[in-house]
Amino acid sequence: MLAGCIVTIEVAVLSIIIGIAFGVLLALARMGRKDVWSWVANAWIEVARNTPALFQIYLAYFGLGSLGLHISSFLALLAGITFNNAGYLAETFRGGLRAIPGTQIRAARSLGMTAGQGFRLVVLPQLIRVVYYPITNQMILAVLMTALGLTVGLDSDLAGVTQRFNVLTYRTFEYFSVAAVLYYLVAKILLAAARLLAFRLFRY
Amino acid sequence: MFNASISPNDILFMLRGAGVTLLLTFWAVLGGTLLGVAFGLLRATAPGWPSYALGTLLDVFRSVPLLIQLILATAFAPIAGLDWQPFTVACLVLAVYASAYCTEIVRGSILAVPLSTRRAARSLGLTWWDDLTVIVFPIALRVGLPSWMNLALGLMKDSALVLWLGIIELLRSSQIVVTRTQEPLLVLMIAGTIYFLISFPIARLGTWFETRWQVHD
Repeated sequence: MLAGCIVTIEVAVLSIIIGIAFGVLLALARMGRKDVWSWVANAWIEVARNTPALFQIYLAYFGLGSLGLHISSFLALLAGITFNNAGYLAETFRGGLRAIPGTQIRAARSLGMTAGQGFRLVVLPQLIRVVYYPITNQMILAVLMTALGLTVGLDSDLAGVTQRFNVLTYRTFEYFSVAAVLYYLVAKILLAAARLLAFRLFRY
Repeated sequence: MFNASISPNDILFMLRGAGVTLLLTFWAVLGGTLLGVAFGLLRATAPGWPSYALGTLLDVFRSVPLLIQLILATAFAPIAGLDWQPFTVACLVLAVYASAYCTEIVRGSILAVPLSTRRAARSLGLTWWDDLTVIVFPIALRVGLPSWMNLALGLMKDSALVLWLGIIELLRSSQIVVTRTQEPLLVLMIAGTIYFLISFPIARLGTWFETRWQVHD
């Protein structure tokens, strides 16, 4: 079951990292010019936020199958959670970018910085501070969402391993109590690590 | 793929599933809000350890996956000698889960009311109860309502998890239709559209409230 914990953390961290990348792109596309990309970003964000995560995982697992695209339950889980994370994180980034006044960028440009420098040296440090806590929250939610892998037959993550033992022994309550404790610990340890990192990053 | 043999009856079946989803959401939101307001009041006003103890206890429900909570509760009910329907167990678990989030919303909203406002109310001769119902409640409501609506929507989406207990709600009913018609993508898209149609207008209403009721100070 401890090996299951590792897989759970793996899925959660991967989905958050890919989710951040897509989230930034979606936020930029949504805020940018009204073209086909902003339309796609809008649709992605609204669907991700207005349908259940379990539905999104089902769509990846069963839905893509009818397009002739058969993916493993691990990939389906990862894709579903990442899709969900990206939708929520995009809104976080949009809020974060809004919180930084445009005058700062113009000030940076008038000091002789290039657009890239302005973004990297002025906008980014502030943006990270604003979005850091929402991202840690989303990470904990991602850990909890990985339990949904159970419903598409994933048997290597924490919930899946537990279910495998459960089917063998019929000791549902005992095994899932242990799983609940482990999930609690994983969530708390990740949160503590994030807080520690924040303490180190945001000292100034 | 779009010339599948989906009959009107299948759609009706899925709509009935959507009804079960809404019913579950209703009970969960009702129970969660009642418990959440009581706990939130306790957490915002009770001093010291009772508040912390309650906070830690409710934090457990927010740190363990809902699916695990549902499985645990269904396994536990017969052990405790309770002969409950899965629907009742699901409603209870969802309500407790909701109350854990609602408590924090209520606590945050109450603490957002400036203490000086409450002291002023008390010094004008209002009782503790008057202060709570006439002063704190209206101010806290406009702080907390958008988050509360988000919570209700989240519950509607999370209620899809009860399919694991064998309750036929929207997603489960769509799975049943899939096994009959063998058209997963189309059927799932219909289910997704139903979820979207329920959720999207309420989400928009929430944003509207948020901008309309913004606290100006």
